[in-house]
Formats: sequence, structure tokens, C-alpha cells
Amino acid sequence: MSDGLLHSTAQLAQAVFGARAASILLHDDSAGELWFAAVSGVGADVVTGLRIPDSTGVAGWVLSARQPIVLEDVASDPRYAAEMAALSGYQPKGLMAAPLLADERSLGVLEVLDRPQRAQFSLVELDLLGLLAQQAAIAVGLEQDAGHPRGQIPAVIGQLWDTLDRLDPERRERAESLLDALAQLL
Amino acid sequence: MSGSRFARVTGAAEELPAYALPVEQASERRVLADWPHVVTREWAWGGSSGEGVRVCIVDSGIDPDHPLVGTVREAVTPAGEGVETDEHGDANGHGTACAGIVRAIAPDCEIASVRVLGPDIGGTGRDLLAGLRWAIDSGYAVINLSLSTTRRAFIEPLHELADRAYFRRCVIVSAAHNLPVDSWPWRFASVLSVAGHTGNDPREFYVNPTPPVEFLARGVDVEVPWPGGATIRVSGNSLAAPHLAGICALIMAKHPTVTPAQLKSMLYLTAANVDAAQTR
Repeated sequence: MSDGLLHSTAQLAQAVFGARAASILLHDDSAGELWFAAVSGVGADVVTGLRIPDSTGVAGWVLSARQPIVLEDVASDPRYAAEMAALSGYQPKGLMAAPLLADERSLGVLEVLDRPQRAQFSLVELDLLGLLAQQAAIAVGLEQDAGHPRGQIPAVIGQLWDTLDRLDPERRERAESLLDALAQLL
Repeated sequence: MSGSRFARVTGAAEELPAYALPVEQASERRVLADWPHVVTREWAWGGSSGEGVRVCIVDSGIDPDHPLVGTVREAVTPAGEGVETDEHGDANGHGTACAGIVRAIAPDCEIASVRVLGPDIGGTGRDLLAGLRWAIDSGYAVINLSLSTTRRAFIEPLHELADRAYFRRCVIVSAAHNLPVDSWPWRFASVLSVAGHTGNDPREFYVNPTPPVEFLARGVDVEVPWPGGATIRVSGNSLAAPHLAGICALIMAKHPTVTPAQLKSMLYLTAANVDAAQTR
């Protein structure tokens, strides 16, 4: 269901902006990658399922900084143009990107490529992009909840999770290391 | 302003007891005694190029070779208990864009980079705290922070850092979030929070009468430097913050003893939508 919602959101984003393509990239934290989970428009056949590092490029910045951004004339950045052309099979001129935020997590990035050039970019468009990203985040949240329904998780894991959530950053980091070690031991 | 408009700043470097002040010493504690009756932009930053003011960009790094960025005084990234020299440049592009905006407004300021995003960065929140702490303790006068965290566990340590900066004459300019989410530190009163406006004057800014966003600076369709010697046009609140950071650098170069509280007042009084500003 949520998979369909993600694709629907990508299609909606492409249609609303009249863009050449729209993509939803999800974050794979353990692999340190973003992967194209839903793609609508140009390059969909090529790009879907592709993985890129989560620490570089515009999508990497949006994921980490948790701020939306709109770029025009990206073709003037030779690194970016080459990267995007390799990924999508064509070279976009403009890009809008917003993070998929759910509570405290940054789940991925919504990207819209090459909406028609207008005299001036409108703030309404940025609001709209944010709303679509929010919808995508809800879809991803539904998928994750379906995969790990809270009711089926042993109570102690739930308590552990709640405790972890309340820790200060340093203690949380130490606790997460401990849990990693436990997971490997098991 | 060559210090002449200010009374002697006593006590700036010494600890005052928090509980009391003998009244006979009150005259020794005067600061900024000579504000004009009308604060104008000319008084606030006219003729200033930001000379000598140290500005730190806490972001994705800075391309040190871009001609529109100029000299990058130092570039570090959090490592272990402190920081280490950062030789990654800018893997995202955004830090370079912010640095270019600050440089265009305050050409003679000193710019440094603390990279808290990009390759080999661990937990973003943890590195953000470490980078911010280093910039504050290193005495940077202006810190540009075009990013935020949504993790509540970081609120308290971030708040402490924001207040520490505030009392050390260090102004943190923080981009507001334009999505309906809670994130920090831009919501704190001790930082300058900035969202974008659609105008095209880099020195035009507005005060927002309905915070938490306090100021609005240029943030739409801004031409900025991008790694690899390129320039692109960018929009977003994250581009508004460095515009105000640049203006802060201009003010701090002209008024070296200004505190963040005074700076905020100057910005308020010189904002384009403040009535008094319309007549000057």
C-alpha cells in the first residue's frame, strides 16, 4: 500500500510542478546510502533502485541539513551534471529537493527535476514541495510500521527504545554501540 | 566605529557577581553610552567592509579555491574530542554557497569552515554540537548555521551552546525551517533566526513581528559560488542566513564591542519594514 503511496506521491510531484521527473530517495542508514525508491518521469527505468552515497551531492546535504533547497542552472556545476547524467541518462538544469522528516528522523529526500522555468521562483512552490515531502514521509512511516508493528515487539524492546530516546547524545551513542555489539553477538 | 561612540567597556572580560551590584560602581559598568537618537543603516554599518570580523561557516565545508569565496582562514572537522584539519573541501556545495554570500556582503571579513556534513561524518547531531562548540570557544564573532536538527535529545546541549555564544559576543545566525516540523537551534531566542524573502537586494532585510522567525533576508534566486569554480542560482531559507550573517559582520566591524542583544536591536531598528527606517 505504502509503496503505491510513494509512487503516487512521486507522480503527483511531477504533475503538480509540470516537471520532467520526480524521485523519492530513501535513506539506508546502515549502508550510508540513498536509494531511488520511487521515480516518475524521465529516467524512471534507469534510476529506480539505484544507490548513491548519502554524504555527497545536493540530496546528501538536504538529508543531513534537513532543509529544502532549490537549484537552477545546475548544469554549470560540471561534477553535478556528470553525476546526474550518469544516473538518469539526461542532464537536468534545475532541481528542487526537500527532506522527508518524521518526528526526529530524516527518512529520505524528495527531488523534482526540471520544472518549467518561470520568471521567478515562488515561495508557494517551496511550501508545496514541503507538503509533498511530508506526505512521502507519512507513506514511509506507514511502511515501517507495517513491517514492525509495535504490538508485536516484545515490551522490553519498546521500553529500551523509549529509554534510548530520552538519553543525552553522548550516552545515547554509547548505548547504541552497546546494542550494536549485542546484535553482533546474537 | 573606531570605538568613539562607545563609553569605556568595563567588566567585559571579568566576571560580575550575578546577585548584586554596588550602585557606586554602576557608572563604571556603562556600555554603549552613545546610541544615536535615530539608528540609521549609515550609523550601523555604513562604510564597513567587515574587516577583521571572524565568520565561521558550520556546514558542508568550503571549496578553498573558488575565486568568489576568497581566502578560507582555516577549515576543520570534528574528530575525537576536538577537531582536525579538514581537507575534503565541499562535497555538497552548500557551504561554498554560504561562504560566497558572506564574502559578497562583507568582503574583508575572515572566513573559516567547520564541516559537520559530508564524508566521514558520524552522527550529524553529535558533530554539529562539536563543531559549534569549537567555533564558539575559538572566538568566532559570527557563526552561520544553515542547518538544524529535529532530534529532541540535542535541544538541551544546543541550548547551552547558544547561550554560551550569546554571552561571549558571538552571534549564531540560524536558518529557520520552512516545513511544518520542530527543529533547532533556530527556535532559540539567543540566536538570530532567519527565513527567506523574495526580494533581490542582498542587504535588504525585514523583521518578523510574529516569531519564532525573527528576520527575513534574501533567500530566493540567489546567484552563488559552487564547487568546481561554478556559479548557480539557489533558493531556500538556508541562503537567507548567510545574508544576515554578512550584515552582522559589517556591523561588528564598525562596532567592535557590540553584544548580540545590541546587535539584534540594531537589526530591528534598521529593518526595511520598521516604520522609523522608512524615513532615512
